[in-house]
Amino acid sequence: MDLKELYQEIILDHGKNPRNKKKCDGFNKDAKGNNPLCGDKVHVYLRLNDEKQVEDISFEGEGCAISIASASIMTEIIKGKDFNVAKKILENFINMLKDGSKPSINSLSDNENTTIMSLSGVKQFPMRVKCATLAWHTFLHAAENNKKVVNTEE
Amino acid sequence: MDIKEIKSKFPIFSNKVKGKKLVYLDSANSSQKPKVVIDRISNFYSKEFSNVGRSMHSLAVTATNRFEETRDLIKNFINAKFREEIIFTKNATEGINLVATTYGEKFIKDKDEIIITELEHHANYVPWHFLRKRKGAVIKFAECDKQGEVSIDSIKKLITNRTKLIAVTHVSNVTGTIMPLSKIIDLAKTKKIPVLIDGCQGAPHIKLDMQKLDCDFYVMSCHKMYGPTGVGILYAKKKWLDELPPYQGGGGMIDEVKKDNISFPESPTKFEAGTLQTAEIVGFAESIRFIENIGIKNITQHEKEITEYGLEKLKKNNSVSIIGDPKERGAIISFTIKGIHPHDIATILDDDGVAIRAGHHCCQILHEKIGIPASARASLGIYNSKEDIDILNESINKCNKVFNN
Ligand SMILES: Cc1ncc(COP(=O)(O)O)c(C=O)c1O
Repeated sequence: MDLKELYQEIILDHGKNPRNKKKCDGFNKDAKGNNPLCGDKVHVYLRLNDEKQVEDISFEGEGCAISIASASIMTEIIKGKDFNVAKKILENFINMLKDGSKPSINSLSDNENTTIMSLSGVKQFPMRVKCATLAWHTFLHAAENNKKVVNTEE
Repeated sequence: MDIKEIKSKFPIFSNKVKGKKLVYLDSANSSQKPKVVIDRISNFYSKEFSNVGRSMHSLAVTATNRFEETRDLIKNFINAKFREEIIFTKNATEGINLVATTYGEKFIKDKDEIIITELEHHANYVPWHFLRKRKGAVIKFAECDKQGEVSIDSIKKLITNRTKLIAVTHVSNVTGTIMPLSKIIDLAKTKKIPVLIDGCQGAPHIKLDMQKLDCDFYVMSCHKMYGPTGVGILYAKKKWLDELPPYQGGGGMIDEVKKDNISFPESPTKFEAGTLQTAEIVGFAESIRFIENIGIKNITQHEKEITEYGLEKLKKNNSVSIIGDPKERGAIISFTIKGIHPHDIATILDDDGVAIRAGHHCCQILHEKIGIPASARASLGIYNSKEDIDILNESINKCNKVFNN
């Protein structure tokens, strides 16, 4: 277990300077997520067009470096993607944190792959997996109009 | 006092965490257990176990005697007047729920008021919230100031002729504030308002004397007192226990059962339904003996010394902000580090074998008041030394390195 693998430069950067941390213009879907054990909160906003493409995505929230970085990275990667592709990325991402499998998405650029892989170190810290997955689950709720607040303890 | 020698009585410290020596700074959450307690439970199961109070065979007599011995030890430990004033629960939370349910049932009506404070653990808020929902009670929060203190005036000004109970913590599990209990109880007495004390962070550290303190209810969790999990204690003045209805129904708590009526015995039986945590309660007797062998006043003194050392050390560390600055502080230091979330702090400290807690510590009202979502907390027990504080401080510096601060 190595702290350096958990707190990589990319993560620290996204944690300190999160991208898309705002309400995006003209969002037509949103959802909230909570981690009641530690008080992390996230609110995901997205604009999904008629072709089910994620035109824009953003988030607001408070939490640890891992949860903020993960939310920030998610918005960067998912913006502009087709919802079905986004869903596939999400599944791959969750699996990566569960069993360490590499996310294999043809549609991800090398750069995107490196970015998403920077979160793979979280797997070695079981207590922190929920921090990393909160925003992603919340994105799914938003996209699918699930009005229930995501709760990591359920 | 030889802390090394005392520490050697806790088997957990002979294990390594991630190859590092364990620096346990999470005793406010739950304390570690000395070998005598662990062995007692095992021995009890091996040699003396049976259910208490129900059978005629000799094992049952032994088990019952051992079980009731713990009650006597606790009575003396907290200087209660009668042994019947000691009720076994599963934890402090259940003690508060017992009072909220039974006292609420009998004495709380629509618009009656309960005073708590902004310092309270959720365990001393949520049970009263249930009463608010069920009975229309009103909950009033006495304010805490920047230092983390709740002044007697902030309680006084909330009292009306509808105030039916004041429920306050003995020691805050976040700021470490030791509450001015005697003043609060004196004030309440002039208005004939009963007082419940959440003693979770008091009982393991501070000498208790129920007759002198003269509160109506005092709850404790034995797992924070070098004792087993699953055991709590509710102390209540006998006059309340005589008046309050039973809490849960079942075996053991009945006097006579007929098809059309049931009568109940007196306390403590009336409040102890079903088979209790027999072995753990027997084991807890050893925790009290352990504490008394060291001397609770020596424990207070030692922890005070380490707490003061910790405060001094962390105050010198520029990246650290300590939460609250109460005049009287128990063995708890909560803090934040600029630019690093408490969860990240906890993960990085853990890498050095330093166990702290990060989060809202079941005190969301207080964290909201301070304006932060979470904090990191170091809390002490008898086994902690200045060296532990030094390691904590170094590990905090490492947090800043990891985050390039
Ligand atoms: C002040 C205070 N009250 C209540 C509790 C609840 O204790 P338990 O969970 O053992 O019932 C705690 C422990 O976390 C506490 O610190």
